Amino acid sequence: MIKVKNLTKTYVKNKALDDISFSLNEGDILGFLGPNGAGKSTTMNILTGYLSADSGTVEIDGRDIFEDPAGAKKKIGYLPEIPPLYNDMTVEGYLEFMFKLKKIKLPMKEHISAVCDTVRITDVKGRIIKHLSKGYRQRVGLAQALLGDPPVLILDEPTVGLDPQQIIEIRKLIRSLGKKHTVILSSHLLSEVQAVCDKIIIINKGRIITSGLTDQLTSTGKSTNRIELVIEGRMPSVYSMLKRIDGITNVSERGECEKGCYSYIAESSKDVRRLIFRTFAKTDYNILLMKPVSVSLEDIYLDIISGKSEGENNNVSDI
Amino acid sequence: MSAIFKRELCSYFTSPVGYAVLAVFMFFSGIFFWVQCLYVGTSNMSSVFQSMFFIVLFVIPLITMKLFAEDKKQKTEQALLTAPVSIAGIVFSKFLSALVMFSLCLCSYIIEGIALSFMAHPDWSVIIGNVFGMALLGSAFCAVGVFISSLTESVIVAAIASFAVNALISLFDTIASTIPVDFIKNFISSLSFQTRYGHFALGLFSLADVVYFISIAFIFLFLTERVIERKRWA
Repeated sequence: MIKVKNLTKTYVKNKALDDISFSLNEGDILGFLGPNGAGKSTTMNILTGYLSADSGTVEIDGRDIFEDPAGAKKKIGYLPEIPPLYNDMTVEGYLEFMFKLKKIKLPMKEHISAVCDTVRITDVKGRIIKHLSKGYRQRVGLAQALLGDPPVLILDEPTVGLDPQQIIEIRKLIRSLGKKHTVILSSHLLSEVQAVCDKIIIINKGRIITSGLTDQLTSTGKSTNRIELVIEGRMPSVYSMLKRIDGITNVSERGECEKGCYSYIAESSKDVRRLIFRTFAKTDYNILLMKPVSVSLEDIYLDIISGKSEGENNNVSDI
Repeated sequence: MSAIFKRELCSYFTSPVGYAVLAVFMFFSGIFFWVQCLYVGTSNMSSVFQSMFFIVLFVIPLITMKLFAEDKKQKTEQALLTAPVSIAGIVFSKFLSALVMFSLCLCSYIIEGIALSFMAHPDWSVIIGNVFGMALLGSAFCAVGVFISSLTESVIVAAIASFAVNALISLFDTIASTIPVDFIKNFISSLSFQTRYGHFALGLFSLADVVYFISIAFIFLFLTERVIERKRWA
C-alpha cells in the first residue's frame, strides 16, 4: 500500500532525512517514534506531498506522489501536527469545504454526518471552530482526514491535547480504522505506539535506527530478567547476599524506601525468584516486595536513542 | 478549485474586512461623486475615477493581505497543499476571490451612474469603460498583493508591503520624469500603473493597456506559484 524508498531531504544545511525506506501493507498500523526534530513530521509531510524530497520515491497505493501528486493525494487522509482548521468557519462548513476540496464523490451530507459520528463531534457541528476546545479541534482535524474514506491515513501526533478518556477513545478509533485503512501515526508517547501499532519505526536524526513488529521489539528486551526487591535489613549484608546468588549478574541498590528497608534491582540471566526467596527465608532479612520489572518499549527506545547519540556525540558538538 | 474560491469569498463576509473595504470604497467614491459631479454639475464621471486611484491603491492590500499569509499562520496551508489541487489552481482561486471582492466595490459606480441618469444623460460607454479599466487595474494590484501575501506569515506586513510595491509601480512615471535619456524615460513611464490607468480615465481604450494589466497580473500570479512550489523544496 505504501512504498517508501531511499528518501532523503536536506534543509538549508542539515540533513533532515537520510535514506529512509519502508513499506506497508493494507491494514497495517505503523508507529513513528523519535525525539523532537528526528524527522517524523518531515517524513509525513513528504508522504503527503506537502514537501518534496531531494531523492527517493514514495508510492501510495501504486501512485507516485512526485509523478502523480493529485492521484496519490486522493488516497491520503492527513492530520498534520497542528490541525489545519479555518477558525472563522463552523465545523460543518469547514468539513463541507474540505469535502469539496478533496473532490470526493460520495453523498456529502450523509458522509459528513457519518464521519462526525465516528469522531463524536456531531454535537458541535454548528459551532464556530474558533470557539472549540483543543480536544474538539483535534477531533475536527481527524474528521477532516477521514473524509472520503481514504485507504491511507497519516496522523501526526493525533492524541496531543486530549484528555485521558478522549485519548483512549481515539486510540480505539485508530485501532478500528486500521482494519480498513493503512495508518501511519507518529507519537512521542511510547505507550500509545505500543498500544495501537503493529509495526514500529524508530528514527533519530533523520535515520531509521530500528524497525520491526511491536511484539518483536518488546521481546528482544527480555533477554535479561530484572527484579525489583524491597528487603528489610542492613543494606551491605543483603547486598552481598544478593550478589552471591547463582544466576544474578548485577545488583544495584536504590536507597532506603522505608525505615530499615532498602530497595534493590537485581539483573539475572534466568528466573531467580525462588532462589532469592529460599536464600532469604533462612535469614532474618524479610522480603517485603519482589516483582519482575517488565521491559517496556520505553526502555528499548531510550536505550537505542541514548546509545546511538552517545556514539555520535563524538563528532556532533552542536546538540 | 471552486471550493477555495467560495471559501475565500465567504471569509470576507464572516470577518469585518469585507464590510470595511466596501464601506471605505463606497464612502470615498460617494464623496468624489458628490464633489466632482453633483456639486460641479457635470455628468462626466471621469474625474471621479481618476481620484479613486489612490483609494484603490489603499484598499486592495486590505483585500489581498490575508490570502496566503493567514493560511501560513493558521497552518491551513497544509490542508490546501495536500489536497488533490494544483498550486496554480490554489493561486488562481485566491486571486479570483480577491478580484470578485474588489468588483463588488465597483458596483458603487453603477449606482452613481443610475443616480446621474435621473438628472442628466451620463455617457454610459465612458462609465463602463472606466469600470473595466479599474477592474483591470484591480487585477494587477490584486496579483501583486497575492504575491506578497505568499512571502510572509504576517497579514500586516503583507498589507504594508503590497501597498508599497503597488505605490512604487504607480509612481514609475514620476520617477521617469527625472531621467534625461528619452527612451529609458518612456519605457519606465510606460510601466507605471498610473500612466496606463490614466488612459482609461481619459476615456481612451487601448488594447496595449489591457494587455499590460493582464500581463502584470499573470507575471505576479506565476511568481506566486513559483514561490509556493519553491518552499516545498526549501
